[in-house]
Amino acid sequence: MGRIETAFARAKKQGRGTLGVFVTAGDPDLETSGRILDAVVAGGADIIEFGMPFSDPMADGPAIQASSLRALKGGMTLEKTLAMAMAFRERHAEIPLILMGYYNPIYIYGSQKFLNKAAAIGVDGLIIVDLPPEEDGELCLPAKQAGLSFIRLVTPTSDEARLPTVLAEASGFVYYVSITGITGTKSAAGASIADAYKRIKSVTDLPVVTGFGIRTPKAAGEAANLSDGAVVGSAVVDIIAHNLSEDGSTHDEMVQKIAAFVGDLAKGVAAS
Amino acid sequence: MTDTLVNSFVNQPDEAGRFGIHGGRFVAETLMPLILNVERSYKSACNDVNFTRELAYYQKHYVGRPSPLYFAERLTAHFGGAKLYLKRDELNHTGAHKINNVLGQALLAKRMGKTKIIAETGAGQHGVATATACALFDMECEVFMGEEDVRRQKPNVDRMRLLGAKVHPVTSGTGTLKDAMNEALRFWVANAQTHFYIIGTVAGPHPYPQMVRDFQSVIGREAKEQLMEAEGRLPDAIIACIGGGSNAMGLFHPFLDDESVSIYGVEAAGKGIPSGLHAASLTGGTPGVLHGNRTYLLQDEDGQIIDAHSISAGLDYPGIGPEHSWLHDMGRVNYVSATDEEALVAFQLCSRLEGIIPALEPSHALAFTGTIIGDMNPEDIVILNMCGRGDKDLEAVLPMLDERGLL
Repeated sequence: MGRIETAFARAKKQGRGTLGVFVTAGDPDLETSGRILDAVVAGGADIIEFGMPFSDPMADGPAIQASSLRALKGGMTLEKTLAMAMAFRERHAEIPLILMGYYNPIYIYGSQKFLNKAAAIGVDGLIIVDLPPEEDGELCLPAKQAGLSFIRLVTPTSDEARLPTVLAEASGFVYYVSITGITGTKSAAGASIADAYKRIKSVTDLPVVTGFGIRTPKAAGEAANLSDGAVVGSAVVDIIAHNLSEDGSTHDEMVQKIAAFVGDLAKGVAAS
Repeated sequence: MTDTLVNSFVNQPDEAGRFGIHGGRFVAETLMPLILNVERSYKSACNDVNFTRELAYYQKHYVGRPSPLYFAERLTAHFGGAKLYLKRDELNHTGAHKINNVLGQALLAKRMGKTKIIAETGAGQHGVATATACALFDMECEVFMGEEDVRRQKPNVDRMRLLGAKVHPVTSGTGTLKDAMNEALRFWVANAQTHFYIIGTVAGPHPYPQMVRDFQSVIGREAKEQLMEAEGRLPDAIIACIGGGSNAMGLFHPFLDDESVSIYGVEAAGKGIPSGLHAASLTGGTPGVLHGNRTYLLQDEDGQIIDAHSISAGLDYPGIGPEHSWLHDMGRVNYVSATDEEALVAFQLCSRLEGIIPALEPSHALAFTGTIIGDMNPEDIVILNMCGRGDKDLEAVLPMLDERGLL
């Protein structure tokens, strides 16, 4: 069983959903970013979504836009993101690591080179926001061949006619974007998540997690209860934004706060 | 594909919206059902004589088409070579070619039952055209415009507001067209079910590049017919400026299969290509994926987008329409460039010699024209697309002309 399946099976056994946490690689700097990853694991996240920064993140709200720009300003590149992923895997053998981002940096790096490297260092899956099923030949099909899960985003606009297309090549799990909007802005009503969960589950056996707009332990618990897991991103990234300092003197505190917040999120999900 | 189409340049894109490797549909899943719906609706509209008739009605009676094809006698004498004709799309209602496309898309939105419109704008010409169509068809209009462009194109901001549009200044990135497009796409993702996005150039996810080209092709069809009437033949060269490339695609497309016609697309070289401060995606860029399509982009070796630079807000974009990228790969169109300085000189020259104040965008095309037309034969004919008028640029340009002793 792969790391993703194991993570969902373990959570299920404990009678709860999974907690996925998103952070951007290299935010606020390379060294602190590595410590943040460890803090997220220590706090109790089940799945790590590691953002590959891009200059023009068109599906992201202000928090993750700013996070990407901080990382890029600090000299982050895709090569360095992969190096961080490799170091992470050496420290944490079990926890699923998903790389999330936009297609262009991968395309420029070389899609096949990227996939080979990601698979070799123990990345488990990819979420590429701007690659819908219509462009599966670009990365989705080669990724699956390389042994990486290609995690699909399903949105409130994915209707009955569209769902089978979206889910045909889905693997790992399904990421339900619970709002029509960008990350970290609005939040969804419980009833709409429950309804979407039912619709998605009628098409696939994969686990379904809910994300976009989940900002509190309570909301994470609700989303995990209504689906198979919750993903939190902007609210974690906000902690970075609120604890920045030129000389890095506040970064220890930043890391501690993130560990504590993820701990609260994990409790929220455990109570689901 | 049949044999007769193999060598044609006018049958792109394919079903997946590809122009060779360029184009495609690189958007978030939230937008996919909408884009597919736009594609279906557009196909059905093209086959509906009522749609084409209504569009033709507004083009004639509201926009003032056909725009004249004017023999620029004094510019011709000044350059001392081929005859120069100007396709006068700056005379359109709202002052640029943008209205050609906007009316088409607004009528399509109306047909799809959408009454809320969003648009991005650089120089503000597309924003003004969209605000105008929304006033005409009683639609709500929200325009996204980079903060820097809001500053340098103030008259257009005022016009949009007067026409009833809400202008959102965009502060992310460098506050220019790229960032306006990001923000418009973000807004669209959040309001996908209610809003129609009128993209202003031949870029974005399929079917936009094709649809915008089709609506703009009226420029080239008219020019061809008008020159046939005036001179009884095809031109030897046609020239247009390129930011995203909609006015150029509109002029070029009907001539692509006329082998004897040389075609020149003029990108903005800003402070010069070697300076790195330019907007010449084809001359100085590489293929990548941004804003829904694959195309030539200004980007670094890590695939991060580099900000464009141009004196002209309408050309200040790090990408280009995917069909231009394909035509560049195929070698059918010559993509060249003109700098900020050269455009300023052409801006003044056209004003003084023809009494036509051009926008900064076609001033780039005129600047390049000046570098080749003098070496052509007197019986040769060149058509330049005068795609917009320069009133919007006066505030920014006059101090610069003054500094250079050109006033």
